Amino acid sequence: MHELPVTKGILAAAVEAAEQNGARRIIAIDLVIGNLASIVDDSVQFYFDMLSKNTLAEGAKLNFKRESGTARCWDCGHQFDAGIPLIRECPACNSARLHVSGGREFYVESIEVDDENSSS
Amino acid sequence: MKIPVVKNILSANDQVATENRTTFDQSGIFVLNLMASPGAGKTTFILATTDRLPEKLHPGVVEGDLASSIDADTISARGVPVVQINTGGGCHLDAPMIRSALPHLPLAELNLLFIENVGNLVCTANFDLGADLAVVVASVAEGHDKPYKYPGIFAVADVVILNKADLIEVFEFDVEFFRRGLEMVNPNVPCFILSCKTGDGVEAWVEWLFDVVGLG
Ligand SMILES: Nc1nc2c(ncn2[C@@H]2O[C@H](COP(=O)(O)OP(=O)(O)O)[C@@H](O)[C@H]2O)c(=O)[nH]1
Ligand SMILES: [Mg+2]
Ligand SMILES: [Zn+2]
Repeated sequence: MHELPVTKGILAAAVEAAEQNGARRIIAIDLVIGNLASIVDDSVQFYFDMLSKNTLAEGAKLNFKRESGTARCWDCGHQFDAGIPLIRECPACNSARLHVSGGREFYVESIEVDDENSSS
Repeated sequence: MKIPVVKNILSANDQVATENRTTFDQSGIFVLNLMASPGAGKTTFILATTDRLPEKLHPGVVEGDLASSIDADTISARGVPVVQINTGGGCHLDAPMIRSALPHLPLAELNLLFIENVGNLVCTANFDLGADLAVVVASVAEGHDKPYKYPGIFAVADVVILNKADLIEVFEFDVEFFRRGLEMVNPNVPCFILSCKTGDGVEAWVEWLFDVVGLG
């Protein structure tokens, strides 16, 4: 059920940006989604296709850019992809003292619009 | 042509959450958003807490858990004002749902509000409700690897409750392992290990909460 607010949010952000730039048609929407708190999968495209009918974004393709969390070892400083589930030991020194950051991104990064119909 | 946007996907929700926060602040209400898996003990935890509150604190509850309306009835039976939200099968509460619940609560009489979110460790983390404190309730019965599997929710927690401590030995629950996972994503987050069944540890949590609410 979370697909609905997520899809609405994507559509609203994209259409608003397109209108501000005088664009007539959105071809693609680039999304950045963190792997750690991900509530979005590719099924969102399906909901998007329904919701975007008769809007500037009809037919637009959603591009998902996945960001993973970064783990850093407190003991040796080694950095690596945190993984899901989280990797429990540093691959370099086996320490279990790790810090994980990032991977919680959740935003519309940019939109690709049709130049020919653009008034700007 | 590419146009940069950089806008949070849930900004419509965030906007309403900010309005809720303003309403709560103006009414002098401190709000807790309780997030957990189904059965972790959210309802039991709310009752264990409200039973031990100092007289100065006047609690209310927003019940969003789908399990049943039994939760709301149980809470109401203890004389705590409660409003049940029907999420219509949704897997999380959102800020507009909280906004529409507000008129059904005696806000002027309250200074503490517990929001029992839907039992779900994934999407709840993404939806700001306008609460002051994000409380994640984990339970021993779910296993000690929860923070490794659901790092996102533990990362947003302001405080973590590890409930059902009475079962630690039965489940061979490794507290240190749990804590290490928690510290990976949220170093220094307060963590209370307690049992709502025996009452062990609940007092320490209530004292901490009273301090945080800051009524002096
Ligand atoms: N052993 C034990 N059981 C508990 C504890 N706290 C809650 N429970 C039980 O766990 C079950 C689910 O509790 P509930 O509060 O309804 O969970 P919720 O779905 O998160 O609201 C109930 O049967 C409770 O009696 C505890 O500290 N120890
Ligand atoms: Mg419940
Ligand atoms: Zn290392």
